[in-house]
Amino acid sequence: MISMTPRKDIPMQLTLLTPVVSVVLTLLVGAVIFALLGYNPWESLYQFFVAPLSRLDQVADLFVKACPLIITATGLVFCYRANIWNIGAEGQIVMGAVCAGGVALFLPGLPSVIMMPAMVLAAMLGGIALAFIPGILKVRFNTNEILVSLMLTYVAALFIDWLVRGPWRDPQSFGFPLTKSYGDAALVHRIDVPGIGPLGQLHWGVVAALLLAVAAHYVLAKTLFGFQVKVMGDAPRAGKFSGFSPALTTLAVLSVSGAAAGVAGMIEVSANMGQLQPEVSFGYGFTAIIVAFLARLNPLGVIAAGLVIALAELGGDSAQMALGMPKVVTGVFKGILLFMLLAGETFNRFHVRVNWPRYGASARPSNGR
Amino acid sequence: MLEAVGITKSFGDFRANDDVSFSIFAGEIHALLGENGAGKSTFVKLIYGLLYPDSGRIYWQGKPLLLAGPQQARHLGIGMVFQHFSLFDSLSVAENIQLALPAGESMAALSDRIRDLSDAYGLAIDPDARVHDLSVGQQQRVEVMRCLLQNPSLLIMDEPTSVLTPQETAQLFDVLRRFAANGMAVLFISHKLDEIRALTSRATVLRRGRNVGTVDTEGKSNRQLAELMIGSAVTSVTRRPKSAASQKPAAPRVVCHVAGLVRPKPTPFSIALDAISFTANAGEILAIAGVAGNGQDELMAALTGEWVSPDSGVIMLDGRDISQHGPATRRQAGAGFVPEERNGHAAVPQMTLSDNALLTNHSLGQTVRKGVVDSAATKAIAARIIANFDVRVPSDDPMASSLSGGNLQKFVVGREIIKTPKLLIVSQPTWGVDVGAAVFIRKAMLDLAAKGSAVIMISQDLEEVFAIAHKIAVLHNGALSAVMPAADVTAEQIGLLMGGSTSPARASA
Repeated sequence: MISMTPRKDIPMQLTLLTPVVSVVLTLLVGAVIFALLGYNPWESLYQFFVAPLSRLDQVADLFVKACPLIITATGLVFCYRANIWNIGAEGQIVMGAVCAGGVALFLPGLPSVIMMPAMVLAAMLGGIALAFIPGILKVRFNTNEILVSLMLTYVAALFIDWLVRGPWRDPQSFGFPLTKSYGDAALVHRIDVPGIGPLGQLHWGVVAALLLAVAAHYVLAKTLFGFQVKVMGDAPRAGKFSGFSPALTTLAVLSVSGAAAGVAGMIEVSANMGQLQPEVSFGYGFTAIIVAFLARLNPLGVIAAGLVIALAELGGDSAQMALGMPKVVTGVFKGILLFMLLAGETFNRFHVRVNWPRYGASARPSNGR
Repeated sequence: MLEAVGITKSFGDFRANDDVSFSIFAGEIHALLGENGAGKSTFVKLIYGLLYPDSGRIYWQGKPLLLAGPQQARHLGIGMVFQHFSLFDSLSVAENIQLALPAGESMAALSDRIRDLSDAYGLAIDPDARVHDLSVGQQQRVEVMRCLLQNPSLLIMDEPTSVLTPQETAQLFDVLRRFAANGMAVLFISHKLDEIRALTSRATVLRRGRNVGTVDTEGKSNRQLAELMIGSAVTSVTRRPKSAASQKPAAPRVVCHVAGLVRPKPTPFSIALDAISFTANAGEILAIAGVAGNGQDELMAALTGEWVSPDSGVIMLDGRDISQHGPATRRQAGAGFVPEERNGHAAVPQMTLSDNALLTNHSLGQTVRKGVVDSAATKAIAARIIANFDVRVPSDDPMASSLSGGNLQKFVVGREIIKTPKLLIVSQPTWGVDVGAAVFIRKAMLDLAAKGSAVIMISQDLEEVFAIAHKIAVLHNGALSAVMPAADVTAEQIGLLMGGSTSPARASA
């Protein structure tokens, strides 16, 4: 019989040590697997963990990769803290990109001081609009927000697909499903680092993502709204008793995460693509769920977790290119990393021990009653 | 019949049972007495095979007992009736019982056996009745019957009277005495001292997981037993101040007036509130007595504003209509609430006490400025509650979950009383709380009333109701009786009303 008792006080050293142990174990298990598959384990691990960080511009690209994950996961943290299971961030990213794209494409004459805020606003509204659907249905009819938000992801994906192939397609795109390119005012620009110049793909969206995570941390830790979110998640009855409305809280956290996802979509397009295409998010909305939980639903943790996941992605790419490692193997390795981190988290939070029943040598498993 | 020697059981660092030895004889009704958290439940779970002891031995009829699970315990003749029933509402009594027995017996034969046993012990159970038609007391007797049919030699009853009216309790005691007369052993778990003295011959007292003594209950006073239980002298049980009657003002000031409060059933299994009307006066404690499950939760939610009535004018506080307001606004109007359930309703276990202080203070200014929580202010409030209400805390601002039940209850009651609300509404203020904390909480409520506040106390503990209430009304099946001065009614009259009697035990309020 394995018993898990929640730890009352988690020592700080343990909290800091567990991720390190998890990563070390990942390295060991990964090395064994790589060796069994006939790859040089040292070389493989180097490609995964060191190669993507070997140059400053590559580090910058790591942040670029993490940018949509950090923004989206920051929003999701609010939902999951309030125990609202928004699984549809992927769709909300798409809707944010579409709405911001609408502003960029159909109001191209806006001056840049207005263009950016207008696109951000449109992106937020787009994400909120899609996130509101599961919210309203849950509040009004008590539907399951997991299913509704997940299914709307496909609606959003088909919607943008239709737009870029149909009404919004650039007539001069030679038949490719692409919109016109955005004007300069609608683009998120690269950062011109003083003395160095542009660093990889590093753009201002990354700065926005980091600021957003810090701001979210403040809201969650210090404001009454953050308190409301935590209470409703931890003890909904106590929240209602306290005077918070469950319905409004549900809609509020879905709005926050929808808005964040929308902005992530807008930045992704404006910084990296410059036009809408059938695919604007490559599973960021789903990966962000993992990032949020890896971060223990803490917005500052989201930054670190987003970087870890981005590293695993880039490391996988680099191993594929340098060693010809199949994609599935890199996938397995990413899986091991996640597994170890989450398992470490479990050991951190619970006191796990195995009890061998001392009574009755042939003790039958007792089944409840 | 059963002997336990040196039983120790730990959960993590916490020793729930520490070297407990205990014995019970055939034909004996033995009490297991202790405060909440003293280790009573753990101990019986060890006997019933739900848990394994870390060390120590249990002997059953002289032989070492090695239980693999409750099934084996039942097989050996150990039966247990839990505090919470496990019956299917929509099935008949016989069907419910059949589910628990080995297959193979026909329903008709089983019904006959039930009737025979029911007659023999005066249980008055009709095997064909549907469980949802039965009262709580009857349902409990079905649970007892289910144990009986397995021919137990030892029957364990976990806090069986917490859901019963005084009359039902008396009936249950008659039944248990007959069991004992037939040579069965009964282990009766309770913290109600009157019952233990009335029913049992010996009591084993647990305190913080240790057996502090097995005593003959005969000739012991409540106070002696209570002292054993909590391990220190008990301050005299709080009594209603005699002065309240003598210095009664000419016209008591009405603080809260409820008129025709109606609430349809929120779910099929809850109770509809049927035109509830009462007034609560300044300086008085109004007790709303009643057996749990008669609409207390529904009434409490309507009073706190967690459920808002569609009608206006049904709940007035100091002349202001608060019927349409939620809990936060009602608090601004001067009300304080303490719901029955501490964990997850009155308090958030996984939050600190200062955050829990914020829970009922955020609408009152001082703690929140422009949406930002002033954590220094909430910490100060929590510290004040801790100091003034004798809340024992392991650290400065601990998680609510690290407090014992009694201490957390002192905190959530203190959190409201410290605001000196015009109206305090509490539900089961001392439920599952140790004697010392209960005395403290009752005294705090009396003090608040003495300061001129109105207190409404929903309680199923008649001892408590008569100890501190000035006025009493009874809630039964969603309807409230007339409000009666406590001095003019007897426990029997209240008991009859709790059982649903409509006999006019009413006096002018």
